Amino acid sequence: MTSIMNEHPQAARIHETAGRGLAIHCSGVTKGFTAGGNTIRALRGIDLDVRLGELAMLVGPSGCGKTTLISVVAGILDRDEGECRVFGQDFATMSARQKTRFRGQTVGFVFQQFNLLPALTAAQNVAVPLLINGVAHAAAIKAAKEMLDRVGLGERTESLPKQLSGGQQQRVAIARAMVHRPRLIVCDEPTSALDHETGHTVMRLLKNVALDEDRALVIVTHDARIFGFADRIFKMDDGRIVDVVRNPSASIGASGGDAHA
Amino acid sequence: MNLVALRMLMGDKAKYLGIIFGVAFASLLMTQQASIFVGLMTRTFGFVSDTGQPDIWVMDPKVQFIDDLKPLQDTMLYRVRGVEGVDWAVPLYKGLLRARLDNGNFQTCNVIGIDDGTLIGGPPEMIEGSLADLRRADSVIVDIVGASTRLAKQPPIDPATGKPIGPRVPLKVGDFLELNDNRAVVVGICRVSRTFQSQPVVYTTYTRATTFAPRERRLMTFVLVKSKPGTDTRELCVRIRQTTGLAAYTSGEFSWMTVLYFMRFTGIPINFGISVILGFLVGTAIAGQTFYNFTLDNLKQFGALKAMGAGNLRLLGMIMLQALVVGLIGYGVGVGAAASFKYLSGQSELAFRMIWQIPAITACAVTVIVVLASLLSIIKVIRLEPAIVFKG
Ligand SMILES: Nc1ncnc2c1ncn2[C@@H]1O[C@H](COP(=O)(O)OP(=O)(O)OP(=O)(O)O)[C@@H](O)[C@H]1O
Ligand SMILES: [Mg+2]
Repeated sequence: MTSIMNEHPQAARIHETAGRGLAIHCSGVTKGFTAGGNTIRALRGIDLDVRLGELAMLVGPSGCGKTTLISVVAGILDRDEGECRVFGQDFATMSARQKTRFRGQTVGFVFQQFNLLPALTAAQNVAVPLLINGVAHAAAIKAAKEMLDRVGLGERTESLPKQLSGGQQQRVAIARAMVHRPRLIVCDEPTSALDHETGHTVMRLLKNVALDEDRALVIVTHDARIFGFADRIFKMDDGRIVDVVRNPSASIGASGGDAHA
Repeated sequence: MNLVALRMLMGDKAKYLGIIFGVAFASLLMTQQASIFVGLMTRTFGFVSDTGQPDIWVMDPKVQFIDDLKPLQDTMLYRVRGVEGVDWAVPLYKGLLRARLDNGNFQTCNVIGIDDGTLIGGPPEMIEGSLADLRRADSVIVDIVGASTRLAKQPPIDPATGKPIGPRVPLKVGDFLELNDNRAVVVGICRVSRTFQSQPVVYTTYTRATTFAPRERRLMTFVLVKSKPGTDTRELCVRIRQTTGLAAYTSGEFSWMTVLYFMRFTGIPINFGISVILGFLVGTAIAGQTFYNFTLDNLKQFGALKAMGAGNLRLLGMIMLQALVVGLIGYGVGVGAAASFKYLSGQSELAFRMIWQIPAITACAVTVIVVLASLLSIIKVIRLEPAIVFKG
């Protein structure tokens, strides 16, 4: 009995360290699309580790597979080969229903085109992930209003998307991605429709509100103006990750980042 | 999420109204056409309904419907009266006779001769005079529509222009009528149900009707029978048939027989059937098309919901709810419009009878429309890849 008593905390610590370490672990992930008889190999063997508490960016030329990669990571697209775990879970072993539930609870989304529901007010839009997770309407709206307050839109909870500026809409979208406290938030070009100033506001919100040591943020972007917010930048080309830049605020543009940092 | 679904639906006003219009149009057309059809069919046996007292009609076995006149020998009356279970039996004459109008024209009239003694078989509603006035010499009762249209008298002629002054003058109590060269005096005006026969209806006694009618061996068209209390009318019909060799039907059977005859031997059901089917198809097409378009327009939104963890079942529920709402509203608008159509047409001659089965069947049809309309959308959304949310 003594030995078990002694071993238990140790085992737990080992487990914790493993869990804490990585939010996303991908190796050798491939994905192809068949279009008009041709197979497009969008991902050709992706090795990607994103740590807990990390803000990772994916950059690279158009068509290199960035969107495909975050779609696989977020569980809205099935990979062909390779290994991919998100918080230790593998989508390949889940049923469609389990995947849907996992997404609803664990993943938040921010889209380039905001993708707010035009007929819903800001508060109602933000409440959607909570409603999907079965939270009662009144409670969901209350939480949504609080979240809107945190992104600086406490006064605009009853506005429709079309009554808001692009930056405000993206803030609503970010509030929506965060309201149910998902552990992973994926963003596809969150700032490309915004001006410099607004883009920075949005990034600050993402970094300060959505990120803590138990969560991770993956952002696809072309926007060099926001590179400074990243902990690491993964450079992609032709379906592969070709380079990793650490602490880009210090070393952006410098070549020869450590691929296994 | 139900609220989200409803907001989505109402977010696009034009499409929302378009879908409702499609369903409403289909409901209106189906309800209205079916009601007119039922109204017309009810008219076919209007005379049976008007003659309320007897519960059994006895006639020649070859008679197929109410206006199919095959007279019986008068002696049959006594044989019917002799059947066990018959409370009373009276003769009824029904025939087409020519009336001469004051301008010299002839007008065929539907003459009903009712039992002299009991006056059973008279009109359902007297407007002027009373049924008992038929006991006076040469008396007849004329229906109001006939009296004010086909039997109406010529207005006086303006000697200067040679044109008539004012409209035709309705036939009224005290006026004379010439039926088959027999003088008759109008002692009352009645109202009868509209029938398919547009001729004026003239009521008189059985004996007088037979004097008006051309001399023939057989003049009695029907024997009207009342069963004794506690007697099964269907069994009595069978007994009358067996004893007399005549056909005997309950009022309901005779009405239905008449409806079936008109359904089988006229184009009426086909014409209305086509309208109803057309309403159904056009409604389905409009509603289905707009609903599908609505879904396509909102595909990105459905994709976003799917990515954010809304399962197929939930999205299906949302679409069903949207379809249900437009279905209910469209149905309400359509059936309401059909009912107000009846109201607006008010006193006109339109045959319109919305029996409860019509809105009930329309409701089923609308359900089918809505299910068909949403089916395409549901398939589309279920097949939808959530990955489309990241597509620009
Ligand atoms: N559903 C699809 N069907 C067919 N081909 C696809 C599909 N999605 C992506 N592709 C192809 O896969 C490749 C990678 O696409 P992806 O969208 O991941 O690129 P990206 O890096 O996000 O580009 P961009 O910066 O332009 O958004 C491209 O060649 C693209 O045409
Ligand atoms: Mg992309």
